[in-house]
Amino acid sequence: MLAATLIFFGGYAGLFIAPDEKTMHEIQRIFYFHVGLWTAMFTALGLAFVGNVGWLITRKPRWDWLGVSAVEVGVVCCTGGLITGMLWGKPAWGIWWTWDARLTTCFILWLLYVSYLILRGLIEEPGRRATLSAAFGIFAFLDAPLVYVSNRLWRGQHPAPVLFGGPDASLDPRMLKVLMCSMAAMVFVMVTVLVDRYRLERLRHEVDELRVAAETRPVSSGCAAATKS
Amino acid sequence: MKNFHFLFAAWMVVWAVFFLYQISVASRTSKLRDEIERLKQQLREP
Repeated sequence: MLAATLIFFGGYAGLFIAPDEKTMHEIQRIFYFHVGLWTAMFTALGLAFVGNVGWLITRKPRWDWLGVSAVEVGVVCCTGGLITGMLWGKPAWGIWWTWDARLTTCFILWLLYVSYLILRGLIEEPGRRATLSAAFGIFAFLDAPLVYVSNRLWRGQHPAPVLFGGPDASLDPRMLKVLMCSMAAMVFVMVTVLVDRYRLERLRHEVDELRVAAETRPVSSGCAAATKS
Repeated sequence: MKNFHFLFAAWMVVWAVFFLYQISVASRTSKLRDEIERLKQQLREP
């Protein structure tokens, strides 16, 4: 409920409270949802990285649960970020997509983490699945800092950063407040969804344990007698 | 307001992405809870 209220308030602030931008006008307001989703995605993938490293060091299942849960939520945020980016690109640039450095690195990041989820689905044995996917997750995370710096290193169609982008980067203080509010809302919503997804993974682990117990339980005396005769 | 539909679509995407994902998580959780009940029942049987 709180998450829904935050999304609503973040949306309201982005649509009605933030001032109009001079060149793009109302379409620039997509910025508040778009950047918010990327912030949530980077937070989720950072948590996934912690989970992956945690599993490789400790071999405790909860780190694996965190890893896979955060990757899945991160992929959801990344998908939303790519779609909102295309919805902004069409009216602003006249095209839905271009192979600019920022867009390309983002798309590669999305592909890498989708591959992570596919890889997990292909391995049956839980320990092996956790180890291989943790190693792949750490490799995939190498692209995340590249996404962040890509529009600083290579100038392309994507705008230069307005936050932490050097002396030329600036943002109207009212826009900054709305952006911060929107980013906080998206991160909160992401964490709420992540908690539910983590619980799901814990239940899955419980099911696996119960299945093993059901398969390996001793045959009862009545059944054993019937088998002997 | 000529590009309002793009803005509206972006706002809807944010809602839809989280909402649909949350439904998917809730549905999978419900199935797993049923499976846990079934397995526990199976283990209780003599």
